[in-house]
Order: sequence, then structure tokens, then C-alpha cells
Amino acid sequence: MLTAWLYVGIFLVVAVLLPAVAIALAGILAPKKSNPIKTSVYECGIEVVGPARVQIKAQYYIYAMVFLVFDVEMVLLFPWAVAFKQLPLFAVFEGILFLLILLGGLFYAWRKGALEWF
Amino acid sequence: MDGAMILEWVLKSVFILLFMTAGFAYTTLFERRMIAKFQARIGPNRAGPWGLLQPVADGLKLIFKEELIPAHADKVMFVLAPVITVIPSLIVTAVVPWGGVVDLFGRKVPLYLADVNVGLLYIMAVTSISVYGITLAGWASNNKYATLGGLRSTAQMISYEIAMGFCFVVPVLLAGSLSLVDIVEAQKKIWFIFLQPGAAIILAITMYAEVNRAPFDMPEAEQELTAGYHSEYSGMKFALFFMAEYIKMIAVSMIFATLFLGGYHFPFVDQIPVIGPYLGPFVLLAKTLVLLFGFIWVRATLPRIRYDRLMAFGWKVLFPLSLLSVLVTAAMVLLVK
Repeated sequence: MLTAWLYVGIFLVVAVLLPAVAIALAGILAPKKSNPIKTSVYECGIEVVGPARVQIKAQYYIYAMVFLVFDVEMVLLFPWAVAFKQLPLFAVFEGILFLLILLGGLFYAWRKGALEWF
Repeated sequence: MDGAMILEWVLKSVFILLFMTAGFAYTTLFERRMIAKFQARIGPNRAGPWGLLQPVADGLKLIFKEELIPAHADKVMFVLAPVITVIPSLIVTAVVPWGGVVDLFGRKVPLYLADVNVGLLYIMAVTSISVYGITLAGWASNNKYATLGGLRSTAQMISYEIAMGFCFVVPVLLAGSLSLVDIVEAQKKIWFIFLQPGAAIILAITMYAEVNRAPFDMPEAEQELTAGYHSEYSGMKFALFFMAEYIKMIAVSMIFATLFLGGYHFPFVDQIPVIGPYLGPFVLLAKTLVLLFGFIWVRATLPRIRYDRLMAFGWKVLFPLSLLSVLVTAAMVLLVK
């Protein structure tokens, strides 16, 4: 079983070569005639107005929190799904109950307005 | 575990890498020609017969283009971001089987790179890494368009990944395994798309969102964000983002074909004597091509969705529906048992 991960590791090493070769090749062959106008920030050709790294809407944060909860709960379902055919009926219904609680959580977040973009 | 084994796997890795790179090059050409057909144009047909050398010309041009790094950018992140984006889209294919075990050069060679027993979990983990690349690219560019593009990409990913994950649970329930080889073998009799068409459709939609393709291409919406997260990228680094998008397209098509369309199995093709087992990769390739055509068709047909509607669609429609399809599948498996 561990050998399978070794093969994935080999593939990862080989895969790193692709962007490495591409960037190295361009680094050798591409012209380098930089000047301040070229390296200025693109903003439709006008003078740059204000910084780009500004404070971000809190809505993103709320979505991230909701996502985190459901993502973890989803991963918990994977082992249940794998063993599903061998599970006793009790465990099956526990899993389904878990799913229904999840659904309840979604509707709670929905009612609380966490899913509205305003 | 001997030297020949390692060599075999290195050769396989290199083969997949070259295949995905060539696949990327010709998917771009396929897309341009098809979009042209949809719009009653001709498309690129000058370089070589049917424009077959066009990707080579594009690649060569991009290598010789000057690469600029904006003055106020975070230089390390700026160079690292395209690498972080392209590598996950490549390595996600490691667990996708493209055939059974065949005899090649007197050896028994399995036509897959790795049969990992947590294959689907690996796919979920790796596909979500590439969003870091896009977000970092947006942040490192220090450009307003790029920042917005990066943020949109994150928000979109978190809205659609949950529905995607629940759709992944459906084939796991039906096959009783996370390994993609087992999932394909479980579809020998009947493809999962016929057992659970709803989950298959939801997965297809979330896949379009996952690879940022139309109608979910908000991170790079040309009309409002110029080029979104890669506004400041030029030359080969831009090409890497481009490559990541198309390789990811091929990869998710392969994953979809594996999970719901029977992977390398096709009725009657398996039964062909002698060459039957060798046809697996070609069957998978044909299915992937059909799905890629679907990507292009949708891009040519549907307009972009407004951003808040896109988020609402992910959370309020796809997520409950995917949960429901998990419940229905569970009930179905229970009744059969």
C-alpha cells in the first residue's frame, strides 16, 4: 500500500519538472528590457488610485466559516460511505441522522441570513 | 520492488505528463476551432493542416515573450503562484485508472499510476490546493483586478466544493470503496450515471465551477476584471495558468468519466478477444473527449451568471440537492441489501 504513495511521489517529482523547465526556458530565452512604465500596475492605463490590498468584505469570512463546518462534516461521511454495505442497521441510521442534522444546520445558517450576499 | 519497477513507474509518470501537456495543447486548438464553428467562423487553420501546428506556434511565441513582474508585487509569491496552480492539476491524474492490468513487454503492467485506497479523498485534497495558487496570484500581483479575481475564485471554490464532495460520496456508497479502480470495476455491469443521474448532473455543474470555466468563469471575467487573477502575468507564467486551466479540464473530465461513466469500461469493448484489455485507455479517452466537448459547448452557449446568484445557486440549490442525493443513494443501497 505504501508503495502506491511512492508512485504518487515519483509523479509529483516528475510533475514539478514541467513548470520548472517552462520557467527556466523562458528565463533564458525571453528578452529582459524592463522599465518603470512596464512594471507599473495595470489599471486601464490611468494613474493607480489607492492600494490594492484593502480590507475585504466580512461576508467572505462568514462564508468561510460555514464552509469549514460543512467541509469537515462531509469528510466524516466518507468512512461511513465506504463501510456502508457492512454496517449494522443502527450505524446506517446514525449516519442518516447525522446527514439530517447537517441539513438542519444548513437551514439554520440560511434563516440567519449567512448565505445572503449583501 | 526492484529497479525495473521504479523505471516502469517513472516511464508511466513521464508518459502521463507528456500526454497531459499534449492534451492541453490540442484542447486549446479543439476549443478554438469548435467555438469558431459555433459562432460561424473558421478559426485558426493556417499553421499546418487544419491548424494542427497552432499550439506549437503559440507555445513558441510565449517562450520568447518578455516576463514582467510588477514593481510592487510580492516577487516570490508571484513566481510561485503559477507553479502551485499547475502542479495539483497534473498530480490529480495519478490516481485515475486508464485501464486494467495488461501484458506489455512480457510484464504484467497495471495501466494506472497508483491504486490508492483513499483515491477520492486524494482527489478532493489535491484539487483544492490549486485554488491557493489562484488566490496567491491575485494577492501577489498587488493589482485591484487580480485581487478581486483571486477572492472570487476562493469564494466560488468554497461554495461548490461541498456539493462536489457530497456527489463524490454517491459512487463511494454504490461501490463501497474510495479507490478509483474499485469504483470502475463496480461499474462493469451498469454505469453509476444510470443509477444516480441527479448526482451526476450536480457533479458536472460543480466541476465547471471547480475549473473556473464558463458560465462560472467569474475569477477571470474579461468584461469586468480584464483578465482577473492573471492580469499582471505575461509570457511563460501566463502560459502556466492557461495550462493549469486546461489540464484541470481534462483531469476533471477523466474523473467524471471514472466516477459515473464506467471509466475504461464500455459494453462489448471489454469482450473483444486479445486486444480487448488494451482498448481501456482509448475508451477513457473517447469519454473524456465527449466531456471536453461538453465544456466547450456550454462555454459557447451560456452567458456568465451574476456573482451573488452564483453563490446562492451553489449554497441554496446544489448543496441541499447533493445532500438529498446522498440520502436517496443510501436508501437505495439499503433496499437492495
